[in-house]
Amino acid sequence: METLEDLWIAYRMRWKRRRLLFRALRKRGQLAAVADRTGSIRPGDILAFAMLRNEALRLPHFLAHYRALGVAHFLIVDNSSTDGTAEMLRGAPDVSLWQSAHSYRLSRFGVDWLTWLLIKHGHGHWCLTVDADEILVYPHWQERPLPDLTRWLEAQRQPSFGALLLDMYPRGRLSAAPYCPGADPFETLCWFDGDNFTVQRKRIMQDHWIQGGVRARRFFAQDPARAPTMNKVPLVRWDRRFVYANSTHSMLPRRLNHVFNDDGATRTTGVLLHSKFLHTIVEKSREEKARKEHFANSSLYDDYYDALIDDPVLWSETSTRYAGWQQLEEAGLMSRGMWT
Amino acid sequence: MSVGFIMLVHQSLERAAQVSGHWAGHGCPVAIHVDKRVRREEFEALKAKLADFGNVRFSDRFACEWGRFSIVEATLAVSERLLADFPEVGHIYVASGSCLPLRPVEDLRRYLEARSETDFIESVTTDDVHWTVGGLDRERFTLRFPFSWKRQRYLFDKHVELQRRIGFSRAIPDGLEPHLGSQWWCLTRATLSAILEDPRRPDHDGYFRRVWIPDESYFQTLARRHSKRIESRSLTLSKFDYQGKPHIFYDDHLPLLRRSDGFVARKIWPQAEGLYSAFLKADNAARPEVEPMPQKIDRIFTKAVELRTRGRPGLYMQSRFPNHDHENGKSCAAYSVFQGFGDVFEDFQTWLQKRTGSRIHGHLFDKGRVRFAGDETIFNGALSDSAKLRDYSPRDFLTNLIWNTQGERQCFFFGPDDGQGIAAFLASDQNAHISVIAGAWAVPLFHSGMEFPRVRKIAARRQRIEAQFLDLLRQPHTRARVRVWSLADFVEDPGEILQSVMDEMMPVMQRRLTEVPKLVDMTGFGQFLQDLKNEGMRPYLVGDFPADGRNEMAPPDRKAPSLGVVK
Repeated sequence: METLEDLWIAYRMRWKRRRLLFRALRKRGQLAAVADRTGSIRPGDILAFAMLRNEALRLPHFLAHYRALGVAHFLIVDNSSTDGTAEMLRGAPDVSLWQSAHSYRLSRFGVDWLTWLLIKHGHGHWCLTVDADEILVYPHWQERPLPDLTRWLEAQRQPSFGALLLDMYPRGRLSAAPYCPGADPFETLCWFDGDNFTVQRKRIMQDHWIQGGVRARRFFAQDPARAPTMNKVPLVRWDRRFVYANSTHSMLPRRLNHVFNDDGATRTTGVLLHSKFLHTIVEKSREEKARKEHFANSSLYDDYYDALIDDPVLWSETSTRYAGWQQLEEAGLMSRGMWT
Repeated sequence: MSVGFIMLVHQSLERAAQVSGHWAGHGCPVAIHVDKRVRREEFEALKAKLADFGNVRFSDRFACEWGRFSIVEATLAVSERLLADFPEVGHIYVASGSCLPLRPVEDLRRYLEARSETDFIESVTTDDVHWTVGGLDRERFTLRFPFSWKRQRYLFDKHVELQRRIGFSRAIPDGLEPHLGSQWWCLTRATLSAILEDPRRPDHDGYFRRVWIPDESYFQTLARRHSKRIESRSLTLSKFDYQGKPHIFYDDHLPLLRRSDGFVARKIWPQAEGLYSAFLKADNAARPEVEPMPQKIDRIFTKAVELRTRGRPGLYMQSRFPNHDHENGKSCAAYSVFQGFGDVFEDFQTWLQKRTGSRIHGHLFDKGRVRFAGDETIFNGALSDSAKLRDYSPRDFLTNLIWNTQGERQCFFFGPDDGQGIAAFLASDQNAHISVIAGAWAVPLFHSGMEFPRVRKIAARRQRIEAQFLDLLRQPHTRARVRVWSLADFVEDPGEILQSVMDEMMPVMQRRLTEVPKLVDMTGFGQFLQDLKNEGMRPYLVGDFPADGRNEMAPPDRKAPSLGVVK
């Protein structure tokens, strides 16, 4: 009976994938090109896709980090920024920019828009899909830029690369550590919860549902099931039939979620350092609480926003101080797998 | 006499040009074979780059497929070219386009001059080979392989299976004893010429044409026929991962490669600019007397491979989430679970802490909140004391706790009032050392002074839960180390039992206990049990506790009870 049910799930997922693709197709009209430089993309280039809103603060470091990693072109959707984000991007020669003033929530938090861009420009490329507050690190990242990694993944016949989202926070109150654009945000956000993660295997998506980190500890202790998802699949050798199912946490077809081994061995994985808790988070939470665009069921997260608006200290005696990828690997949060 | 290089190239021609130019520039003749599938323009560009060197030659081109005789054909052709054009060459060294010299050419030249009659070729009989992936070693020489392993794997496998089943076997030509080894050899002119000019060469070539992966056996076998002196090792440092794929060296391997003192390494990542510029520098110091020592770095690789293939015990993560029974250890270190000890001793936690120096938690699975040692609210790794977070996934909670405290033994209390969600995991984990005093939960009830009907109800519930836990521990698939005493047995000789528990926890410390914790007052406990029985409950887990109480056996006021402990 179980196999019958599995077949049924596989069938449903197939249709879900088509539905999501169709959805992206329908929403393509919501995107207006501001600067389309996609003509300069060459075969084999690594592309980065991002959906932004008011990220002028993080952008300089974000772009510098991924340029250094070997991203050849950025394809960015700006969702009604008012802080000069669009102006910063418009002139950059390796950025193509689109704008959309439509609802972030109704476009599956921007995923529909990005899906369209991925269909159109990502096919055949290694595509990195990240938020402005997500900085990818992986084993040897300083010495081995993304083209090295993707060639290795190709040799392993591994079309997708998993990463754990790691919430980083400062020592004191959130608002107490001002951040200057361009600086490394993890000089002040250099603490994290070392190991309080839970892992569950999800039958339907065949992924590993990882929760934990400081947000689970501080804001969801009474309702752990609602704690944020921390597993991500940010780097994929794209095919126009692929689609992100739930933010960048899981994908269809489901085999792309197999970023793990279940025979005890380890796969090569990375970590997305999360710079969510810059000093601006307090102000931003106030705004997001009113905007109700971030969660499907936004009012359930009022407590979460209230806690952030209170400008808390997330740090604890047992927090771990970030000291580089070797430390993350030693702690078991990422692995070089066979890529020694 | 000098050394000449054979270079087999099929990709990253830029690097191949750089390295062969380095050798040629230092006076070593180089003969290059470029795979026929490389595009004509690229080939011409390579030729143009090396046009200035008078000692570089190009051989006829073959389309080489991995595992096929075409690679040997190419090597033979390029060897003939080198030997014919450069009569001064004494040793012939085979390299690939992704090889990189790690030491100055002068080192290698002087090293080989001092060993002018020696052939450096790894050459091992099939019985002694342990590195072949896929299990084909002797059968490489006795079966036929008409299908491509890379492109027609299914047919390849089925065909091998079929030949095995019907018992097919090719005859190995007379005078050949199959040997295997690395294709990166360095032969003397005499040996290589003898192989090329062997009157039986047509036979040999015909035979090896149908051997699988002949580049690892053709020269290795024939060198045994012609060589005066074989050193069975490769001068090229080359590592393989557990899948049999060559290990790739990146910039960050620089110190490792330096330490190896090898002459040449493969395979180098074409974009490893740091490696190429460091090792091709003109002023690298010559140290001709130093032996290449690839084994110096072997251990590092072996360890890494083991770690990657078997994983780290007790680690659950995105990259490693083992199936049931593939965990290689469910948790990462041994820990102790005590059930009932806190009920029969006064302040057992403090005593154990002092005695062992381990981390002694309270009831980690207390339903109200996690009772960490020292009553911490957040523990190592930022584990929260929230019962809800813990109960969301008790197994993750415990394995995280053990993972985060490596190097320090963890102990905690457990009991029928705790959440039992972790029980099955405890039973299945060989790192769990569980000591249970069954029925000890009755002691605090006896002291509680609660009204009897309530006591009776609680006792029944605790007994039911504990019985379930004990059942679990007695299952045949239980892997935890379990020791259970009934309360009655325990009070007979608490000192001896405590001693055995301590011995197991700290096998190194063979000292006898000089001080045992104080037992709680048990005066009248026998009567209490009798009362329970009279009410219709049967506290059977407690064991045979006489109704008279035997209260004299545990005098509450003695420091070291008469337990025969101080010896």
